Formats: sequence, structure tokens, C-alpha cells
Amino acid sequence: MDYLELFLESIGTLTLNKTRTGLAILGIVIGIGSVIALVSLGQTSQQAIQSQIESLGSNLLTVRPGSINQSGVRGAAGGRTTLTLDDAKAISSSPQITTVNSVSPESEQRTQVTTGGNNTNTEIMGVEPVYAQVHNVTMASGNFITQTDVDSMTKVAVLGPQVVTDLFGEGANPIGQSIRVKGQTLTVIGVTTSKGGTGFMNQDDIIYVPLTTVQKQLFGTNYLSSIVVEAKSAEVMVDAQDEVGYLLLARHNLKDPASADFSIMNQQDILNTVSATTGTFTALLSGIAAISLLVGGIGIMNIMLVTVTERTREIGLRKALGAKKKVITAQFLMESIILTFSGGIIGVIVGIITSYIISDLINAAFVISPSAILLAFAVSAGIGILFGWYPANKAANLQPIEALRYE
Amino acid sequence: MNTKPIIQTSHLSKIYKTGTLETIALENISFEIQKGEFVAIMGPSGSGKSTLMHILGALDKPTTGIYLLDGKNVEKLTDDELAEIRNQKIGFIFQAYNLLPRTTALKNVILPMIYAGVPKEERMEKAKKYLNLVGLSDRMEHTSNQLSGGQQQRVAIARALSMNPAILLADEPTGNIASVQAEEIMAIFQKLNDDGHTIVMITHEHDIAQHAKRIIHIRDGKIIEDGNGHKQKKIPACAGR
Repeated sequence: MDYLELFLESIGTLTLNKTRTGLAILGIVIGIGSVIALVSLGQTSQQAIQSQIESLGSNLLTVRPGSINQSGVRGAAGGRTTLTLDDAKAISSSPQITTVNSVSPESEQRTQVTTGGNNTNTEIMGVEPVYAQVHNVTMASGNFITQTDVDSMTKVAVLGPQVVTDLFGEGANPIGQSIRVKGQTLTVIGVTTSKGGTGFMNQDDIIYVPLTTVQKQLFGTNYLSSIVVEAKSAEVMVDAQDEVGYLLLARHNLKDPASADFSIMNQQDILNTVSATTGTFTALLSGIAAISLLVGGIGIMNIMLVTVTERTREIGLRKALGAKKKVITAQFLMESIILTFSGGIIGVIVGIITSYIISDLINAAFVISPSAILLAFAVSAGIGILFGWYPANKAANLQPIEALRYE
Repeated sequence: MNTKPIIQTSHLSKIYKTGTLETIALENISFEIQKGEFVAIMGPSGSGKSTLMHILGALDKPTTGIYLLDGKNVEKLTDDELAEIRNQKIGFIFQAYNLLPRTTALKNVILPMIYAGVPKEERMEKAKKYLNLVGLSDRMEHTSNQLSGGQQQRVAIARALSMNPAILLADEPTGNIASVQAEEIMAIFQKLNDDGHTIVMITHEHDIAQHAKRIIHIRDGKIIEDGNGHKQKKIPACAGR
């Protein structure tokens, strides 16, 4: 009995009971489909988050006040006041610094902002004009903070789109209007374009104000909350980190890097951390999907066992007519392989369509993982053989006379 | 000429055990069947004749005793070797026809030849030949549930013949069909026997048994009478009056 014949025979048997065959296939379709859809959902969101982080700017080092580790006690980052505007100026002007493109001193604080009847709690970011270049800020309307604004401590503000919505209503043009922050009145001169992000990562919920205005007029502090340094390229990030670090150590009269009163965070580190988190998320989703695949496989085994029981007489007859064990095993194995394979193919298609719909819904780039498809398919084939083998073997070992007598 | 019997049993017994209860189905059965014989095995229901048939057909094994089929001790064979014997040497005709459901007559007849590895064209040709022989050439593409009882039994006969086996074993071949059709089937058997086929047939109907040349009577698992050819010839004469 050659394989083509066996295949055609099995197809014939499977089409005799379409409902049951369909249900068995459905189990595998759901299993495979969910593996592919969930893995691709994980990867889609991973890419979305990464591209969001990259939109913050590239090749960035963030210097924050506070220590990484002091005498074994970790200080809270940002909890100390050690970075000054002079530090930032030194970084941009020192001859020892060769790998840095631009330096953006920043002073950030959350506070209540009001206008007319509305108010919101948002981020006030004191910046210099270089901020826009370092962080890829683009304007939707009006202008960003200029050097003149910084030099003369102008009371102006550039709003993120979320703040515009919160204070003036969606789509309103706030340019020329005034907002009140810490008892001061600031005039809105521009609105930035949306950078996306949601919840605590919302990059649109922010107000940019000249650095000097923030320091002298709003919060009365000389310290910076961070100095963001843009390296010349991704390759020199580590060099830039060292150069900036040693310069600041020298300026702060510290000899031991371990006792530094600031920390430098590499953007790559942040990216890695986030990747690891979303990777865990993807693994979790895949785990859930794998369980549904397993359940689908057991469904196939169940159907095959029922089939063997139901066709006991037929198996007995086939053996009585001279079918050897191998032939009976092959026949039932072939049936379960056909079930899992057709389920696998439909599952792959369903999975791809589902992940396309999901990526469309969350506005992310459509990512499909060939390895997930391959894996899911291999697993389904494996399930077909594994879960088909037991019933097939059971059928092959039936004694012909007992099988024939079976009612 | 080969004088070795095709079927040879000595002191066969079959005991079924259900818990502590032992049921003796066959006891001390010894007989020989030569090539070309037409034997009927008769007995009331529960006499053990079906059990004997299953053992003769290598579907079941005796508890004790020796069964030589064409000189081979069946007990010593593996499952797969038994399958081959059933395929090559035995044509089994079941009382309940046992055709594959929802399968055409042609495919049913082809099945044993598929297991024997007969090439596609040859088995097609043979299947048509034997279906023709049993008078079903116009019913080849009918599935088993579209055929009458007598037609199904004739498909089963064609299937049993398809491998040209040394022995035809028929378990109540006319048990489930009308008497007119039963006569047709006996005519086929008679013709096959005339062509040299060895036939062993179980029946409980006297007039069906008359077609055989030898009748073995079984009761309570024991042979009570083994009528030879001479005696056989008398009975149809008496029956015919």
C-alpha cells in the first residue's frame, strides 16, 4: 500500500464525518493561530515601544544628579542637587570632550498649570533651544524657545499637544493665549507635534519654558534635573560616557568614580531594559498560546481515540482480510497527520490575518515572525504524530476476532 | 499428487474464561480436510461451530491442541504472519457480510489485494472478474449500503475469492438472506468447488448443508458425527424423495 493510496484513503475516511473532522481541525487552528497572533502581537508592541524610545532622540546620554552607589547605599537618582548650568557649559566647551555633538541642560518639575477655568498637572521643562534638536522636537505651529528667550528670561511657553487639549480643548489654537504657572503668566508661542505614547510615558503632556525662566522666575533653583548629551555617533557612546564622567568628577572634586554624585544613563541601557520587559511579555503570551496548542493536540488525540473505538469492527475486518499492524498504524497516523497539517495551514493563515488586524488596531507596524510560523507548524506536525501514534497503535494491536465481535 | 491435508486439527479445545467461570467452547476436535473438499459444519447455536470457524480462519487461537493450516502450525506464527496467511490462503465469508461501510463494491473487493501489494491494474481487472462471476458486474460502483443483503453477500464472496485462496471459509453465508438468493449463492459455491476450491461452510439449515459433500455435526463443542461422501450422497436422495 503506497503512501499516495494511503493518503487518498485517509482523506476519504475523514470526509465521511465532516463535523467531527472540522471540530478536530478547529482545535489545531485555534492553537496554531493563537501562537502566531500572540507572538506577533508581542513583537509588534516591542517594536512600537522601541521606536517610541528612539523618537526621544538618538545617541543620547542622560546625566542625572545623585549617586549610583555610595558606601553601599544607593541614593535616589535625582534626589540630590549637584548638576548646574556650568557643568553643562563645561561639557560643551571643554577641549577634553571630543565625542559630543550637543549638550542640553534641562530642569524639569511637575506642577499645576491653569488657564481661564481649566487647569492641569503637567511637566514644566526648562530648556535651551538645543533641546529641540537633541530630542527631535518638531513644531505643529508657532516657534520653539529661542536663545533670545533664554538670554532675556522671557515668560513664554511651548505646549505639547496633550496640554493644549487639557487646557484649551482639542484642536484649539492656543498661540498668543496665556497660562499661569506658579503665579507667573506665560504667553504660548508654539505647539509641538505629537510624539505618541500613553499613560506615564506620554511625551505630549509637557510644557517647554526657557531654562532661565524656570530657574529664576518659576522655581527659584540653580540646579538642573538632567543634562542630556548627544554623542557624535552610536559607536562613540561609551567614549562619550567616559569623557563626560571624568570631566564631571574633576569638576566636582571627586577622585573615585564609585563616589560620583551623578549618574550617566546610556540610552541603549534603557532600550535594553525595555526590550527585556517586552520580551518577557512576549514569552508570557507565547506560553498561553502554547497551552491552547496543547489542548488542540489533545483534542486530536481524543477524536482519534473515538474514531478507533467507533471503527473497531472495521479494523477487525481489515486485519481479517490481511492488513498487517504497520498498515493499520500508518492508516490512523496518516489521518491524524492530515488533521493537524490542514489545521496547521489554516491556523497559520488565521494567525497572520489576526495579527494584521491587531497591528492595524493598535497602529503599529505589522510584524510577522517566520520563526513563530515555522515553530507552530513543526509543533502541529509533532502533535499529529505524537497524539496520533497512541490511538493508531491501539488500533493496530486489536485482536481481529475481538475487534470483529465488538458492538 | 499432494496428499497432505489442507486443514489438519488434532485435539483442539477452546476455553473462555470470565472471572472464575470457565466455558468450554470446543473440546477435543480432530479432523482433516483435503484439498478440493466441500464441507459443511452443522450444529445448533452455541455448539461452538463459529469458534471452530474462527480458529480455522486464523482469526483466533485454540487454547490447546494443534492446528496445521497447509502444513503450518498456526500457533507458532506472529500477528503479522497470521495476517499474511489470512490474506493469501483464506477467503473468509462472514455471516454479517462485513463490508466496509459507505464504500463501493469494487473497492471492497480490491481491499485484500491492496494489502497483498497487487499492482493497481491487475487488482482492478481481478476485482471486475470476480464481481462478474458473482453476477454483480452492473453494481460495481454501488456502495455497500445501496446493495441488498444477497448482493452484499455476493460482494463478500467476490472479496474472499480475490486473492484466489486455498480455502474458502463461510460462516452462515445464507443466514441473513432470502431463500431464493441463498440458492443463487449455493450455486456459486457449487461452481467454485467444481473448479477445485476447498470450501468449509457453517450452516444450521439442512437443505443448505445438502450442497456439501461432507457434513460435520457439532454439539456442545464436540464432533458428534462426521459424515463421509457415501453417506452424503444418500441424504440428498432422501431429502429429494
